[in-house]
Amino acid sequence: MRKDKLVAALLQAIALSALAGLMIITVFIFKEGLPLIFRTGLKDFFFSADWEPGKGNFGIMSMIIGSLAVTLGAMLIGGTLGLGMAIVLTQFCPPKLASLIKPTIELLAGIPSVVYGFMGVVTLVPIIRNYLGGPGLSVLAASIVLGIMVLPTVTSISIDALKAVPRSYWEGSVALGATRWQTTHMLMLKAARSGIVAAIILGMGRALGETMAVIMVAGNALEVPGSVLDPVRTLTSNIALEMGYASGEHREALFATGVTLFAVIMIFNTIALSFARRTIRQGRGQ
Amino acid sequence: MAAEENTPIIEIQNLTVTHFEKVILDNLSLSVHKNERLAIIGPANSGKTTFLRCLNRLNDLSQGFKVTGKILLNGRNIFHPATDTAQLRRKVGMVYAVPVPLPWSIYENLVYGPKLAGIKNKNRLDELVENSLKAAFLWDEVKDRLHMAARNLSGGQQQRLCVARVLALEPEVLVLDEPCSALDPISTAKIEDALFELKSRHAIVLVTNNTKQAARASDRTAFFLMGQLIEMGDTGRIFTNPVDKRTNDYLIGAFG
Amino acid sequence: MKRIPPAVTQAIAVTCLWAFTLVTLAILLFIIVYILIQGLPGISWEFLTQAPESMGRRGGIFPMIVGTFMVAGLAVLIAAPIGIATAIYLTEYTREGKFTFIVRFGADCLAGIPSIIYGLFGFVFFAIALGMGLSVVSGALTLALMILPTIVRTAEEAIRAVPAAYREASYGLGSTRWQMVTRVVLPLALPGICTGVVLSLGRSISETAAVMLTAGSALRMPHSLSDSTRTLALHFYILSREGLSMDKAYATASVLILLILALNLFAYWLMRQVTRRMG
Repeated sequence: MRKDKLVAALLQAIALSALAGLMIITVFIFKEGLPLIFRTGLKDFFFSADWEPGKGNFGIMSMIIGSLAVTLGAMLIGGTLGLGMAIVLTQFCPPKLASLIKPTIELLAGIPSVVYGFMGVVTLVPIIRNYLGGPGLSVLAASIVLGIMVLPTVTSISIDALKAVPRSYWEGSVALGATRWQTTHMLMLKAARSGIVAAIILGMGRALGETMAVIMVAGNALEVPGSVLDPVRTLTSNIALEMGYASGEHREALFATGVTLFAVIMIFNTIALSFARRTIRQGRGQ
Repeated sequence: MAAEENTPIIEIQNLTVTHFEKVILDNLSLSVHKNERLAIIGPANSGKTTFLRCLNRLNDLSQGFKVTGKILLNGRNIFHPATDTAQLRRKVGMVYAVPVPLPWSIYENLVYGPKLAGIKNKNRLDELVENSLKAAFLWDEVKDRLHMAARNLSGGQQQRLCVARVLALEPEVLVLDEPCSALDPISTAKIEDALFELKSRHAIVLVTNNTKQAARASDRTAFFLMGQLIEMGDTGRIFTNPVDKRTNDYLIGAFG
Repeated sequence: MKRIPPAVTQAIAVTCLWAFTLVTLAILLFIIVYILIQGLPGISWEFLTQAPESMGRRGGIFPMIVGTFMVAGLAVLIAAPIGIATAIYLTEYTREGKFTFIVRFGADCLAGIPSIIYGLFGFVFFAIALGMGLSVVSGALTLALMILPTIVRTAEEAIRAVPAAYREASYGLGSTRWQMVTRVVLPLALPGICTGVVLSLGRSISETAAVMLTAGSALRMPHSLSDSTRTLALHFYILSREGLSMDKAYATASVLILLILALNLFAYWLMRQVTRRMG
């Protein structure tokens, strides 16, 4: 019995390590980045598009806009495709086939992001350059590549949400003479709403945080984009591109970029988690 | 029956159990004797299963249970903080309503408990396996296929395996929670026969929903209603001449 | 307004949805086939076993293969015991309450942090503050934190899938909690736990941004855990980005894709073992 208590105490200590990790990460990122934000001034840091580390100008507005533009584009594409797939796999696809397609989507999540970026460069970018104009490396290219990359996240969480809807709802609706599609969009999607919202927000977090693929296809120009065919630089690519040679204040500024990214993603995740929990609660209520 | 003259192995004194404020067992006092089969009967929600699960402190594992009073096993209170619950559960072996063979072979199911108790000698383990299977009337059916997966046995065989598995612990008390509720009449008869043989070695507490089974397979019977012990006595007397009107009503099927 | 019959709307909607699904699957297939067609001819025994020459324009990728497995393998070796122990604690040793809520919240937050942030953190914490430098061990510790939530989550699911009746049966036979966990629950949950570990290994192998900032990009063979190394994914990025050699880039990407395919197939096979055992 004494041994059992010892094991319990040990396991509890280990269980705290995830939390400890999170806390250390937060502390170190903020400690490195926050001082520069205050020295530069909130206004000059967030609302200026002047990023000239050599001259001491650290305005990240163009990257914030770049990140948002790319993320929105990615969600339009990845959200639509991902939700569509989740609906097909849960409502319209024979279960045998679905059990084959699901691992395939997981495979999509396993492909390294650099491979996605590379494929974007060799296939998508030339198409955009030749048929739509501009340099090809653009918001559009990054949106499409990211859209495909976040698709597995959106799909798998939406599938869980749709599966959590009690089967009896579905049967009740079909028994009242609704077609499968009417049942899907009038009942299932509404019942699974908070889970689907969580899926979309978590997908946005993924898109916002993705780095290597975006560097390869977005063009990385330090300007506020005027159209979807213009190149942009995101918060993440700014860090990865300049970290290799940055020092002193410049490096602090990159950590400050990290702080911004970290804060936005934490807000996203907290919202998504509260939505996800709501679904669980609803599911248990049945 | 001369059961009353036997020495008590378990004495329950003023046992009250609540589950999230709701009273499940209300100030219960009774004793179980060596070499007897005690049947506990009563309608659903009368606290029979909770009572059984107190005897080996299985309720500890679920949330919300509070216990006051004493259960003395061989004179020692099992609720004492220093009680080794694993040890207690070996002394008070329990058979559940639905047979749950662990997902291993028949042999592995039988030696699991003894191994946990520290028995390593192969001959001793083999001996335990054979003796307990024989005592549960299962030996002849499985002696040639001890290493077959236990789940391939029929439902009745699985339940007898679960009985044998508990017997391999060499418990002092055998408690059974509606062991035949999921079984056919033939399997039920086999289990009842086994219980008859076993009472020479173990005290047996049998919870059952089936009053006929209690009449057939017990020496004394206790009638529970809404968490209270209404009446207890020799089985023959309870079934032919109950003192309390509520016992009579239950036995003739007025409720439950 | 004329009402379109429900059957027609259904046909249109379902066609669109299936089109989405097929497009996605086609993209996946296209990526894999394209990379393999371009890259497989470049894979040879020499390519896999020799060191690169002139920045990777010629020669092989052996040091990167070794470096990748050192970093990813070590990350899994660190994260798996911690993650599994956490999952055991959450499922078997405590009841749902404040503590489980906080631990899960921590794990969920960790899961959402982008890899570039992990890279920044690993750089200032492991490489600089703890003095480990750009090295295999800095990279591995960073990746271990990154994959920890996945391992906790999958292990928790696998453990929860073990029927509660087995636990009661084990207690009834006189086991302590720890005996019940190690002899009954873990053996049954093992395939599911392994699935999570294998997928995490895949994720560690694929990761680029975080290892770039923590393990560095040295081309030579790592001889110890404190050497800097370049992983396959990073090597592929540098080859293609700096236009060093497209052939070598495709070949490296093919090796990566084959690795990931193999790991995913293995994970899928493990998952089927679970359904067979529990079903």
